[in-house]
Amino acid sequence: MKRTAVLLMAVLVASGVVWAQGLLINGAGASFPYPIYSKWFDVYHQKNGNMQFNYQSVGSGAGIKQVTEGTVDFGASDGPMNDEQLKAYQDKRGSEILHFPTVLGAAVPTYNVPGVSATLNFTPEALAGIFLGKITKWNDPAITGPNQGVNLPGNEIVVVHRSDGSGTTYIWTDYLSKVSDEWKSKVNKATSVNWPVGLGGKGSEGVTALIKQTPNSIGYVELIYAAQNNIPYGTVKNAAGTFVKADLKSVSEAAAGAAKDMPEDFRVSITNAPGKTAYPISSFTWLLIPSKIQDNAKRDAIKGFLTWMLADGQTYAEQLSYAKLPKEVIEKEKKAIAKVQ
Amino acid sequence: MQGAGPISGSRSFLSKLREGDEIARLITFIFAASVVLITISLVYELWIGSALPRHKFGLHFFVSQDWDPVMDQYGALPFIYGTLVTSAVALLLAIPLGIGASIFLAELAPPRISDTLQFFIDLLAAVPSVIYGLLGIFIIVPLIRNVIYPALNKPFGFLPIFKGPSYGVGFLTAGIVLAIMVIPYIISVSREVLLSVPRDQREAALALGSTRWESTWKVVVPFAKTGIMGSIFLALARALGETMAVTMVVGNSPKIAASLFAPGYSIAAVIANDFTEATGELQTQAYIELGLVLFLLTFILNGLARILIIVTTQKGSKVSN
Repeated sequence: MKRTAVLLMAVLVASGVVWAQGLLINGAGASFPYPIYSKWFDVYHQKNGNMQFNYQSVGSGAGIKQVTEGTVDFGASDGPMNDEQLKAYQDKRGSEILHFPTVLGAAVPTYNVPGVSATLNFTPEALAGIFLGKITKWNDPAITGPNQGVNLPGNEIVVVHRSDGSGTTYIWTDYLSKVSDEWKSKVNKATSVNWPVGLGGKGSEGVTALIKQTPNSIGYVELIYAAQNNIPYGTVKNAAGTFVKADLKSVSEAAAGAAKDMPEDFRVSITNAPGKTAYPISSFTWLLIPSKIQDNAKRDAIKGFLTWMLADGQTYAEQLSYAKLPKEVIEKEKKAIAKVQ
Repeated sequence: MQGAGPISGSRSFLSKLREGDEIARLITFIFAASVVLITISLVYELWIGSALPRHKFGLHFFVSQDWDPVMDQYGALPFIYGTLVTSAVALLLAIPLGIGASIFLAELAPPRISDTLQFFIDLLAAVPSVIYGLLGIFIIVPLIRNVIYPALNKPFGFLPIFKGPSYGVGFLTAGIVLAIMVIPYIISVSREVLLSVPRDQREAALALGSTRWESTWKVVVPFAKTGIMGSIFLALARALGETMAVTMVVGNSPKIAASLFAPGYSIAAVIANDFTEATGELQTQAYIELGLVLFLLTFILNGLARILIIVTTQKGSKVSN
């Protein structure tokens, strides 16, 4: 008994020594980019064995909270921090927090209409009307208009949305707020809103299950989820008037279109972006990096990672079905890395 | 031994501690006290953690129907309603089935069958709630939409509880899934209690000329009433707090509706869905206040259970005297 205790102590001390040697950098936040962040941190660790990035996908809200409290070294969020949160960070930590876009995601409309196997085209007015509960039947002129030749039944539309707070909801409501004044005043945009109508599904899986089980339903899921699970989704009319089906290219186009007027802090919404082939319901996802990092080793590690992420890191995005950042944005970000001190 | 003696009150605490009995008593007391301490600290944390919305909304939190994270307006009534309705439906379905099954297993079935079936029931009780959620989505939702809704809505659609369209998910679906989850609890505990009724009671009833069923229903079951009610309140406690299975089939729509086919929401479901992504102090604390409300609900219902048991056992003992 005594010998096992001594042995156990020796092992613990030894492992403690081994662990203490590597640099550990902790982050937490959005679950949407978790697969690609996992991949990046793993690959980066292979290249730089002496540092380890640890990321917990606890949700954008928790990520913002934790980086403000200082319990993690960096955060991640699907929606940019609003002015109130920026001020809270400034007050608590005494310096600014910086946003760095990493990859792009999109939300697509999925539906289940009995007898309809074609890809439906949706106008912004149709989507806003459906989710506000104003357009209640599938054969409403707003929906049949751009879908000539498709036999849409006169059934009641069942709206499905996310019941859990999520970045996808943020993208969707951000888009609807831009294209519909009524949506903006009634519901507005957030990771969790007071939906006028509809059933709630937990996670993209929940929404998909509900749509599959409920005839005449419509909802929204992440592009990646729809692509990987072969779920049929519709096209959306963009600001230039083209009906675009979401794919990696059209999502990157949205970011390129918005790059010209992008603010210095990258806190921008790229929904309804200009550009002929841009997909209108796209969004960045951001890493939240403190502008002042006390620990020199951590600061250099983070800056090194950001530089790598903007170059080699982007090549991993498409494999995992994320859209990569356009050149214009990468150039701007490279300059912004210097702000981390 | 120094200090040992039959009159324990005359010795100091430390000298008492030398005996094994006293040590055992002290340790088990500490364990029991720690349970109480944990409960108190839980309530304390919930109370402290929900300070902001308590001050902002006060009692209005209990009666307001508006849950709007964007406008920072929080009212818990839809969730309280949903929790109570789904639990009520679950108990209404589970109690007759559960007690009936336990009577069969304890009184009327041959022992071998009783033991085998009990094994399966224990298995059912051990299944994780997420599996029940999947069962709900893929089997019960279509069942509601295709079979139960037409059967209830066509003849009885004028009744407020059966009015309106059905999406498959809703209060009734959640109630049915919860009923399936709590029936094993009712059966297991009730069966144990029924089996422990002394044989004399049954034999006396049969000797006085009652039929098998009369002896069961009029003698054995009333004798086991306390235990059976205990099992029902155990079932209620599980139904109130059930999270995953409910959120998958209740429709997650924070609206109050009289119809059982309408989608709704429950306290545990909304906390599980929204808490991690809550932004801002008020929103986060609003969910903590919801947790406090659920705790209060459970506490009140358990208190009522205790009172009910005391009243009926007193009545019973009065009658027998």
